[in-house]
Amino acid sequence: MKSKSPSDHSIEPVAGNGLLDRRALLGRGAALAGAIGVGAVGTSTGAAAEPLAVEPWSLAPGITIPPYGVPSRFEDRTVRTLSNPKLEPRGSAARTPHHLLNGTITPNGLHFVIARGGFPDIDPAKHKLLIHGRVKQPMVFTLDALHRYPMVSRVTFLECGGNSAPLWSKEPIQANVQALHGLVSCAEWTGVRLSTLFEEAGIDPTAEWFLAEGADAPTMHRSIPVRKAMDDAIIALYQNGEPLNPSNGYPVRLLVPGYEGNMNVKWLRRIKVVDGPIMAQNETMAYTILLPSGKAWQFYYPQEVKSFITSPSPGMNLKDPGFYEISGLSWSGNGRISKVEVSADGGKSWGLAALQDPVLSKALTRFRMPWNWDGSPAVLISRATDEAGNIQPSRAAFLAERGAPKVTPGVGAFPMEHCNMVSSWGVSAKGEVSHVYA
Amino acid sequence: MSMRETSMFEIRSTALAMALAFAACGGTAGAADAADAPHFGKPISPADAAAWDISIGPDGVGLPPGSGTPAQGAEVFAQKCAACHGDKGQGGPNARLVGGQIHGDGPVVKTVGSYWPYATTLFDFIRRAMPWNATKSLTDDEVYAVSAYVLRMNNVIGDSDVMDAKTLPQVKMPNRDGFIPLYPAKH
Repeated sequence: MKSKSPSDHSIEPVAGNGLLDRRALLGRGAALAGAIGVGAVGTSTGAAAEPLAVEPWSLAPGITIPPYGVPSRFEDRTVRTLSNPKLEPRGSAARTPHHLLNGTITPNGLHFVIARGGFPDIDPAKHKLLIHGRVKQPMVFTLDALHRYPMVSRVTFLECGGNSAPLWSKEPIQANVQALHGLVSCAEWTGVRLSTLFEEAGIDPTAEWFLAEGADAPTMHRSIPVRKAMDDAIIALYQNGEPLNPSNGYPVRLLVPGYEGNMNVKWLRRIKVVDGPIMAQNETMAYTILLPSGKAWQFYYPQEVKSFITSPSPGMNLKDPGFYEISGLSWSGNGRISKVEVSADGGKSWGLAALQDPVLSKALTRFRMPWNWDGSPAVLISRATDEAGNIQPSRAAFLAERGAPKVTPGVGAFPMEHCNMVSSWGVSAKGEVSHVYA
Repeated sequence: MSMRETSMFEIRSTALAMALAFAACGGTAGAADAADAPHFGKPISPADAAAWDISIGPDGVGLPPGSGTPAQGAEVFAQKCAACHGDKGQGGPNARLVGGQIHGDGPVVKTVGSYWPYATTLFDFIRRAMPWNATKSLTDDEVYAVSAYVLRMNNVIGDSDVMDAKTLPQVKMPNRDGFIPLYPAKH
């Protein structure tokens, strides 16, 4: 730091390697300029701008507005990556490009998807939802019927239990945040409370478990505690205001906010109130966590507190030293994010990031941190804490509990579930950003 | 839904919401007076729901009539399963089903034999989700037989064991006691 602005004593470094007080982002440019030590933001970087030209799009009418808008043709990189683009006989994963997005809401076409057998082409006029088992009266609901109930909306993240699994690797896998953390997304979901339908069917008040099942070809099912249904589960019909995207469950899906993605059954056709866990393949083979002891955790439901930096992130290049906004995403299946700390020196010192309002329970929360990069190597880490006091674990702490990986798997593999250790991004003197273990 | 239906609903919605809020305040599901619920669902008999009622519990609840042996399963497996899982279940384009291990220093390989805690899950999963390109196309006898063959290849049952609704839930899987349930303890 060259100097501190005499007019704003609050803007000063808060941690090593150029991290600035988050309040620098709240004021006007002068505060930030004072923090960085230049006359005004942007005036320190050399040559004047080119003379302005009048471009063709300013001279003639444009394109007819389409019935359904799609992104600019210049944004053709802002798409999901596909693990199974030819639909070979195996599951498919489509990952969200977090390095190309900002804010917290994931557009419906970019929301992550995991599917065992493609997505079904469901005619909503023929789709039905069955609720049966330990209820007074088994019931069938058509889509028209579901649309007549009182509805609720909530913003919530969805995260695959296997998101961030590539971090559980012997060597840091060199891939961008889409590959490493692209199986989490966030949307506003609208639908009917499951408790409303359970009450109508007359659920056995002593019942503790139900199962939910999809209508697609593999017809996967999961066991879920009734307690969750009565708390905040939703039979979702709308995603970000429009009918569910077909790859995310159209015409109806289950939403169990904060719980691992697989339990949020897409293309929901059946709910059965049962005596105990059904021991589905997805809760005995998949979505279990084998520990060093040889025993495996089962029924690990909440997606625990996590964060990662989206910018700068692996694959990016910082052109010159100077001001950058470090920005990223944080969330917790146990409630709101209470704070995110950022380090630029590999965890030696930490500063508090600004949390972008609104900070919602079980929703993606954007954090921002002003940074004056001096051009020397840096290691950027974010660490989130939720309102329940859970702190995102360091890599060392996470591996101490789960065991150390012996191999470096392929980036698309799922060697670990519920992997919420911190991510570390190395910035070289040339400005290249890579995945490192700090 | 038509506009007309929407507007009718809107008129009723306040009363409905109040009724539901009142029911929710009651605390338990049983407190919801059936008269207060909107009742847009249609009753269905268990018989009419049977085609969808396919989940098999670990105690065998839901298993249908029928049976199969490892030898019968070997034939079905060769035709319908081997292309993805290998002719001996050793894996191929898709998951390995046989052998593997989860203890010791070698690489962890989770299979039906090394990891799955319940044999009932095998029947449930094969019947609903396999073969990948034609799910639910196997008869119940064929599902029992393929289950028996996969269990036989893992040395969990013998050549002459017959799998049916009575015997399948009694199969003790090698990793039956390998799981620590985190619900409800950590929730």
